[in-house]
Amino acid sequence: MAMTASDIERLIKEAIPDAIVDIRDLAGDGDHYAANVISAAFKGKTRVQQHQMVYSALKGGMGSELHALALQTSAPQD
Amino acid sequence: MSENPVFDRIKSEVASQDVVLFMKGTPVFPQCGFSNAVVQVLTYLGVPFKGINVLEDDDIRQGIKEFSEWPTIPQLYVKGEFVGGCDIIREMFEQGELRDYLAQKGIQTEAA
Repeated sequence: MAMTASDIERLIKEAIPDAIVDIRDLAGDGDHYAANVISAAFKGKTRVQQHQMVYSALKGGMGSELHALALQTSAPQD
Repeated sequence: MSENPVFDRIKSEVASQDVVLFMKGTPVFPQCGFSNAVVQVLTYLGVPFKGINVLEDDDIRQGIKEFSEWPTIPQLYVKGEFVGGCDIIREMFEQGELRDYLAQKGIQTEAA
């Protein structure tokens, strides 16, 4: 069962409430997305930690239902 | 929770060379676009690395995700440290950070 863009956005926002989430469907198959996530919660964290936060928000979906999520994360500019 | 028995094998692979890439396929025949992207970056920078084909070993394929708490392949390790997957390596490369990072770790890269 693939994931929809709105599933991804909802899950990320549930875990990271202030996140601004911009998702692009790369292939139209529910399996390949690009997402840009901006949140103050990323401040001071390494990229690996930021991406791990997003992956854990997806509750195991990443790498199973969701094959590919090209991810970019950043903290809001001050 | 006892440690996953495959972790010892992973630790020895990670320590076996300065730059180790857990990937799908081999450096000569990558079998996944994301793995290939990292191979291209390392090749462009002239960085020697060891490719470990997770498709040939399901224990490693699952174990590496637990080991690094990272759900996808490829995974790049430099001097035993997990650096990131395809997105992070590509972003670091595009922003010129990867060359600096490797230099900090004492790893030579070819001049641009």
